[in-house]
Amino acid sequence: MSGFGRVRRAALLSTVKRAAIGAARPIAEPLAAIVLALLVGAVLIVLFSGLVARHSAFDLGLPVAAYAALLEGAVSPNGMTATLVYATPLILAGLGVAIGFKAGLFNIGGRGQFLMGAVGALAVATVVGQTQSSYITIPLALLVGALCGAAAGFVPGALKATSGAHEVVTTIMLNYVLVFVTYWAISGPLALPGSPQPISVDVATRNAALPIILGRDGHLGILVALVAVPLVWFLLYRTTLGFEIRAAGANSDAARYGGMRTNRLIVLTMSLAGLLAGLGGATTILGVVHQVAPGYDTTVGFDAITVALLARSNPIGVMFSGLLLGAMRAGAQTMQIQAGVPPELVDALQAIILVLLVVNVLRRWLDGRSRQHGSTPSAAADTAMLADATA
Amino acid sequence: MSGIPQALDAIPVLGILFQLLGYLVANIEFMSHTTVAVAIPITLAALCGVMCERSGVVNIGLEGIMLTAAFVGWIAGVVAVGILGPGTQLPVFGITVPLLIALVAALLAGMLVSLLHAWLAISLRVDQIISGTIINIGAAGITGYVYSLMASKSAVGAGSFTTYRVPSGVADFPIVGWLINAVLSQGPIGIITILVVIVLQIMLFRSRWGLRTRAVGEHPRAAETVGIDVIRLRYRNVVMSGALAALGGAWLSMEQTNKFDTNMTAGRGFIGLAAMIVGRWTPLGAFGAALLFASATALSTSLQISPPQGDLGALMGRVPGEFWEALPYIITIVILAGLIGRSIAPAADGQPYERESAT
Repeated sequence: MSGFGRVRRAALLSTVKRAAIGAARPIAEPLAAIVLALLVGAVLIVLFSGLVARHSAFDLGLPVAAYAALLEGAVSPNGMTATLVYATPLILAGLGVAIGFKAGLFNIGGRGQFLMGAVGALAVATVVGQTQSSYITIPLALLVGALCGAAAGFVPGALKATSGAHEVVTTIMLNYVLVFVTYWAISGPLALPGSPQPISVDVATRNAALPIILGRDGHLGILVALVAVPLVWFLLYRTTLGFEIRAAGANSDAARYGGMRTNRLIVLTMSLAGLLAGLGGATTILGVVHQVAPGYDTTVGFDAITVALLARSNPIGVMFSGLLLGAMRAGAQTMQIQAGVPPELVDALQAIILVLLVVNVLRRWLDGRSRQHGSTPSAAADTAMLADATA
Repeated sequence: MSGIPQALDAIPVLGILFQLLGYLVANIEFMSHTTVAVAIPITLAALCGVMCERSGVVNIGLEGIMLTAAFVGWIAGVVAVGILGPGTQLPVFGITVPLLIALVAALLAGMLVSLLHAWLAISLRVDQIISGTIINIGAAGITGYVYSLMASKSAVGAGSFTTYRVPSGVADFPIVGWLINAVLSQGPIGIITILVVIVLQIMLFRSRWGLRTRAVGEHPRAAETVGIDVIRLRYRNVVMSGALAALGGAWLSMEQTNKFDTNMTAGRGFIGLAAMIVGRWTPLGAFGAALLFASATALSTSLQISPPQGDLGALMGRVPGEFWEALPYIITIVILAGLIGRSIAPAADGQPYERESAT
């Protein structure tokens, strides 16, 4: 047990050290990245609306109008609800990516896991919903959706544990496979009987629509996401499993030396990440989308990476960054209607935020390195750094 | 010709295999041509990966480099056509001036994105997986944004390169004529790719540059001791390799089609990465692996265009079309998982290098 204790103390020490380095700028850095990204985004808006769209020759007021519309779409009374609705899958999938980062795993499979959650929920609505009341259908649909998502996370986890295939490549490849599985499911076994076009059943007609708890379309899923945040925090910081996940992420060799079964941890973490993203897919289908046509897709997978990186993988931070990105997605529609700026701007903004964050992370790392002279952290330690919470 | 094979086809269970064999032989010409064509962007991505990883830099941003190049090439074509007009076509490959400008713009764009990756990975020593992922997300976001601005304009690009027509004397050559025809009736980017595979294979294992590149990827400290500038060589290789992935992107928007589409790379960068691993970080091996992956696509295309008859057709008809579309990705996962243990990466792959004097 002494070996284990040493590992624990070393992990604790390094956590404390990193926390001390990062404590000065835990919120300032993401905020600075967001503000800078908005500025660069403003340049993009002016430049491309002048060069490409040509409806206005370099209108300097356009970014102001666009951002004002974005804000209005995100925080007006109806916009607030929309923000929460958009944030729900982002928070859930973002928690999944964050847990992965904590374990030193990079889960890009959010898209496929989300879609599997959607398919699982639709399957329950299709099969069970006609005969059972919503008290049975809804919990069952959420559960099956979450489990289907977990299965989609399990596969790359198991491949990594058994063969060492990198999860970044396998999750992306699996995303494409699962997109086709989703099309097949919706146009085949889950299709609405007798419909001329392939389309799924409407969950509202199958006692499976989530109850509205807020405004016009604020569904129960919002509550699910907000409850998941403290649960994941508790799991990561107050349970043995959470400690093992963080230890494996900080130094997998040390964790193995300390007696942890790291391969089992990889599979478990990826499954858990898939479970959360799958729950995001299930709540979105049961709460907002209700009926799905082939071609249905999601940007949640990539958005969740931004959410987790912005939050430095801290579950509480994920809630805030999820709300922020949800607000951007919610406001994007208003921005398009009022200012004529396409909603894809949000994707561009995200990319800029990410670049700025990564460059900033480096500055933080350099600051820390000058204090502890001479050590050369490996790439893995760098990832852990990036994923490290300041909590 | 028909007596014996038909008798074989009638054998239960095993007959299906003979029918499949017969189908493959009947469609071999179409399938081999499609296989080579589909393999081209995958090969170019894989070659970019080989050059980067042989010098010790993991480049997972291949997808983003290709997408950016495809987009910039297309948009440069739109601008060039707007200024110069469509231009006259040369008899070879249908080359026009705007098309050449577009190709150069695509290559430069790819090298610029590679430079960003090199700066993040080599100078800033950011985790290279994260740096590459950011390039992928960024390329999708920014090209998607600008493209959606263009979408209402119905812009016309510079068109596309035409394929080389193999002289009928060669194409009709007995036994191997059809194969030469299948391989060589490609556009200029396709033919360049095949040449680059051979040149890079020789360069990497027979030239001074190749030896230095491999040294930097296996043991950078030792390479520096004998006077190789590790940082500079890594920069140079990553930036140059960007042109290869960019060529793959240009193939998508200027040879396969004549337009851009959001996320038109559709995972080819990642399949290229897998081809690199399966090909054990060698250009020839990567090309072979790309052909293997591409043959799955070729088979599914062939099955859709000319569905087989008889029992085989009935069997195939029960397999949903989505399965065939997902097949290349499934094969990538399976081969990757099956082979990765036996395929050994360069020793210093993905490790940032710090000069001895710097610490």
